[in-house]
Amino acid sequence: MGLENLAHGFHLAITPFNVFMAVVGILLGTVIGVLPGLGGANGVAILLPLTFTMPPTSAIILLTSLYWGALFGGAITSILFNIPGEPWSVATTFDGYPMARQGRSGQALTAAFTSSFVGAFFSIVLITFFAPILAEVALKFGPPEFFAIQLLTFSSFVGLGGGNPLKSLVSILIGFILAAIGLDIVTGQLRMTFGFTDLMKGFDFIVAVIGLFGIGEILLSVEEGLTFKGTRTGMNLRVVLDTWKVLPRYYRTFVRGSFIGFWMGFKPGGATPASFMSYAFAKRFSKHPERFGKGEIEGVIAPETAAHAAGVAAMLPMLTLGIPGSPTAAVMLGGLIIWGLQPGPMLFVDKPDFVWGLIASMYTGNILGVIMVLAGVPFFAAILRIPFAILTPLIVVVCAIGAYAVHSSMIDIWYMLIFGVVGYVFKKLDYPLAPLVLALVLGDLAENALRQSLIMSQGSLAIFFTRPIAGAITLVAIFFFALPVITPWWRRLRGVPAAAPAPRET
Amino acid sequence: MRIADLLTAVILALGGGLVVYDSVRLGIGWGSDGPRSGFFPFWLAVIMIVACVAIMLQALRRTPTELFLTRERLGPVLKVLWPATAAVVLMQFVGLYVASAVYMGFYIRWVGRHRWVTVIGLAVAIPVVTFIVFEQWFLVPMPKGPLETWLGY
Repeated sequence: MGLENLAHGFHLAITPFNVFMAVVGILLGTVIGVLPGLGGANGVAILLPLTFTMPPTSAIILLTSLYWGALFGGAITSILFNIPGEPWSVATTFDGYPMARQGRSGQALTAAFTSSFVGAFFSIVLITFFAPILAEVALKFGPPEFFAIQLLTFSSFVGLGGGNPLKSLVSILIGFILAAIGLDIVTGQLRMTFGFTDLMKGFDFIVAVIGLFGIGEILLSVEEGLTFKGTRTGMNLRVVLDTWKVLPRYYRTFVRGSFIGFWMGFKPGGATPASFMSYAFAKRFSKHPERFGKGEIEGVIAPETAAHAAGVAAMLPMLTLGIPGSPTAAVMLGGLIIWGLQPGPMLFVDKPDFVWGLIASMYTGNILGVIMVLAGVPFFAAILRIPFAILTPLIVVVCAIGAYAVHSSMIDIWYMLIFGVVGYVFKKLDYPLAPLVLALVLGDLAENALRQSLIMSQGSLAIFFTRPIAGAITLVAIFFFALPVITPWWRRLRGVPAAAPAPRET
Repeated sequence: MRIADLLTAVILALGGGLVVYDSVRLGIGWGSDGPRSGFFPFWLAVIMIVACVAIMLQALRRTPTELFLTRERLGPVLKVLWPATAAVVLMQFVGLYVASAVYMGFYIRWVGRHRWVTVIGLAVAIPVVTFIVFEQWFLVPMPKGPLETWLGY
């Protein structure tokens, strides 16, 4: 049944208009991935208002293609400029930049794009087969199960996200509280507006994403006095073909990276740890671990495969459960709601065209993407030679346009500026932004699930424990929430010294 | 860094207090048809206040290390922030296109010290391109002012 649907999906994905959308999306996405201050999440957020009038399938193809483009773009800046555009490209700089310094940037870029493609492809194949099964299972879920999954999502930020768990928790709560502000659609009462009519509409997550990630990121990068000292690209067909000849030798690294990426990626915040883990494994199993960090091609393959596999895998829970695995997926989920689609397993039943068109477009989008970035590297690298004094106001203007376009309201541009300053301060103080955005997007859904569950149980919280599936998920969630407390205690018990804190996702 | 950390936690806790106050007004218990409006925000805010107090205690126990911001580092940040704020103020009166032309021109000249040709070229070209893309192609209206009215839009 799956293959038949997929064939139908391809039928939709390769219409001229949808292919055109994919090309535009990849192009814009790569530019956005290369530019400092603009990443996948706020690129999607800025473009979202332009898709309101499009057919949903074309709109999602545009936005997902932008996401693939941004994932590819991150590798360009990491290798050529030693600046990771996204947190999951940090590990790519370890060997990518030394390779570029040795004049092997063409090889490094080819390896990075090819491994991104392999990782992505692996995840897409798994999504093709697992998504319908997972959706089938999820169809039997009621409100308690969905609320338990929400708990699990957020608990993994606290327990596995790295950084300060208390601050992760506070970020999540801020997101939920912001989502609650304004009109409560269930009771019709106004919440936390304190008489201000402007607050009635509440805070839109698109505006928050643009402010937190867009403006906040610019402020952070000017403070750090970012300058670009790039190396030459040195890309041509010969280099690409020569690199492709050596790549099959590293098939083990590809397979390992793909599995790590997929496994980590369908849980939220998985791409960054996946890339580091894959790098560490590649080094451990290598015959020449001493070459890592000095320009070993395997050190580029490993993190890129895993990061891209994880980035794609983040789409799986978004499609089947309505729970996004990354901030970018969260913005897309918000898009689904705006287009009038109900995210979650019912999508597979009600809108098979949309779902399978999207899955098929993941194949075509990534194939188009790898060809476009391989051919376009000199062009994309040239973008970074634009002086900072021109890029900065341009990005601010683009962000303002994106924020205004959501509701055509001036106040949203002010919110964007305020969110920008908040994002800057939060990033400096190590409050993670990704869970805040996820909570803001999921706030209403989570509250409704909680309300309905409590109505089912006449107000007893026991309902989250007595139903078998909900109970199991809730217990895992509680375990993750408790993990920051358990870990030091467990270590002390066994006499193991505390480990270095894990790198933080966004 | 420690003071900034403490201050942020205090502000967030106060915000939480505000939410608790309003939630209690709305009712945090059980209504005729399920939990009342204040139920969910109330518990969120209570947990947030507890977490903020814990963050404050953490920060107090730590010895102060590096500064949150030095004067030299604050400079460039403000240099981005105040022109952007001014541009948003300007937008209310002259619309987005004129405001972004003035803002971009000012910033490129003042921070970048580019030649006037570059400054004026970009300050005119970028708003014009945005206008064509948003107003003509995608039909997404942006805030407009007297100039656009005069031009007949």
